[in-house]
Amino acid sequence: MGQITLSKVVKQFGEVTVIPPLDLEINEGEFVVFVGPSGCGKSTLLRLIAGLEDTSAGSITIDGVNATDLPPAKRGLAMVFQSYALYPHMTVRKNIAFPLKMAGMSPEEQEKRVKAAAGVLNMNKLLDRRPGQLSGGQRQRVAIGRAIVREPKAFLFDEPLSNLDAALRMGMRLEITELHQRLKTTMIYVTHDQVEAMTMADKIVVLNAGRIEQAGSPLELYKNPKNIFVASFIGSPKMNFVGGQVAKYHNAATIGVRPEHVMLSTSSGPWKGTVGVAEHLGSDTFVHVNTEEAGTITARISGEVVVKHGDTVWLTPMPDKIYRFDAEGVAI
Amino acid sequence: MVSPAVAVLLIWMIVPLAMTIWFSFQQYNLLYPDRTGFAGIENYYYFITDFRFQPAIWNTLRLVLGVLAITTIGGILLALLLDQPFWGQGIVRLLVLAPFFVMPTVSALVWQNMFMDPVNGLFAHIAKAFGGDGYDFLGQSPLMSIIIMVAWQWLPFATLILLTALQSLDREQIEAAEMDGASVWSRFIYIILPHMTRAITVVILIQTIFILSVYAEILVTTNGGPGTASLNLPFLVYLASIVDNDVGMGAAGGVIAIILANIVAFFLMRAIGKNLEH
Ligand SMILES: Nc1ncnc2c1ncn2[C@@H]1O[C@H](COP(=O)(O)OP(=O)(O)OP(=O)(O)O)[C@@H](O)[C@H]1O
Ligand SMILES: [Mg+2]
Repeated sequence: MGQITLSKVVKQFGEVTVIPPLDLEINEGEFVVFVGPSGCGKSTLLRLIAGLEDTSAGSITIDGVNATDLPPAKRGLAMVFQSYALYPHMTVRKNIAFPLKMAGMSPEEQEKRVKAAAGVLNMNKLLDRRPGQLSGGQRQRVAIGRAIVREPKAFLFDEPLSNLDAALRMGMRLEITELHQRLKTTMIYVTHDQVEAMTMADKIVVLNAGRIEQAGSPLELYKNPKNIFVASFIGSPKMNFVGGQVAKYHNAATIGVRPEHVMLSTSSGPWKGTVGVAEHLGSDTFVHVNTEEAGTITARISGEVVVKHGDTVWLTPMPDKIYRFDAEGVAI
Repeated sequence: MVSPAVAVLLIWMIVPLAMTIWFSFQQYNLLYPDRTGFAGIENYYYFITDFRFQPAIWNTLRLVLGVLAITTIGGILLALLLDQPFWGQGIVRLLVLAPFFVMPTVSALVWQNMFMDPVNGLFAHIAKAFGGDGYDFLGQSPLMSIIIMVAWQWLPFATLILLTALQSLDREQIEAAEMDGASVWSRFIYIILPHMTRAITVVILIQTIFILSVYAEILVTTNGGPGTASLNLPFLVYLASIVDNDVGMGAAGGVIAIILANIVAFFLMRAIGKNLEH
């Protein structure tokens, strides 16, 4: 279970329309990631699904039942908040058991489920601590534990990893992905980190000002972005965009080429330029080149390259990896 | 090294305390200026065995507990109400604070004459409008009337502190509880109330200290009467030293009041210590 359909959903705060009519289909067991720039309405959309905000128009269906006017508790969804929202005066055990207690479950059954959840999330030793005595990563685990004990139809995550440091983030990213593979429950995950989106999602939904720019699998969005917005949002480092004469030559208003599809040569090529900054990552090198024809272009070169600031180099975009966009920014 | 400020404070505290203790062991009655000298524990003996002493102790206790009950429960309810978004929020919040700025004597007189008067008071008028009779609040239930007056004065303080605590509660916690299936009542019991315990403890501690020494309201309304019905410890000290002119006995009463207040403070601090730990 965990099939969610939004149809013509609108959200207005007073006069301001944050979500214009929006349709979205989330399939059972899918890991869906909402990405988009800050303020584009990701959290609002998630809260609409959760029932924490009322829809201004349209309907939300969960497993075939119209849930538009159901209160949050009746929707059978669990949410993990950005601030974790643990109950500070309760121990970890009580935090995790809280939804069970509210459901009127017997203490023995509660304890059994808490133990099971603690086992899954590797936190048996933490059960008698309070949230204040836990690290950020541990709190995150407790928040997830509180969500899984309820065996919800779907999990909702609102930027759950944004308060963690880079190393911990990567670990938790893997853990959440593993959790999804084990539970096979629908998950909706909000982030503005495109790496998280690419690595975790079955389906990415790119949002811009409340509209869905494109929805699809990570590779689909990477290979066939529908417009400049999606093209620039998916992929790291960002796609290079070139307008003017060069684009006209390709019969487009703008062309885009990803850094990994730019070849660098020290002898010849169509775009001549000087090296600005070379970022050495070990496995890769990101070379920022100031060209006359195409402006500043980033090239991603596998392994080490011996170029340094001020060197003259020539760049060649791979001809079959050039994306063409019209004047409206839509892919041709 | 312990700076002059501490020294000044110490003198500020110690001198009146020492003088009170000193007088409490002296024969010092303004009506008999020739009787002087050491009195032993006589002042204490007469103060404690005074027929007014026991009622005064019980009334002090009733007054403190009564006012605390009304202000904490009322304060929580008002804070919950004021925390809701509604039109004219700013003005209403300001108005709720108003009683705190009214002097105790003034508020007591207003309550006595404008609200509780059995003939001309507002309550009497309301009762008459429904065909009833005016109730002589200060004559029939004097202590209750004083509890109401003092509670009215302290309700804004409690409300303000509790409202501040309420507003510091993370919205997401409430939303999480909502998603966890907690009803409005469960959210109050399991999330909101525990969040406010610290503020409630502070309200109780501060109010206890002030309500133990309520005096002006009694002086301008009932004078402790009828009989000993609304007499509390501070007022008994006043009766002994000023009305009966027995400074020694008044001082003894004062020392007893200090000791009682310290016992109360001791238990409160222990309770607070527990609540402030985490
Ligand atoms: N309660 C509210 N009242 C009025 N406007 C709101 C409210 N909540 C959100 N908004 C507005 O709705 C828009 C979308 O907000 P939302 O929180 O969904 O963005 P977001 O995509 O989650 O951004 P971020 O990545 O920064 O979390 C913003 O412009 C915000 O100002
Ligand atoms: Mg957000």
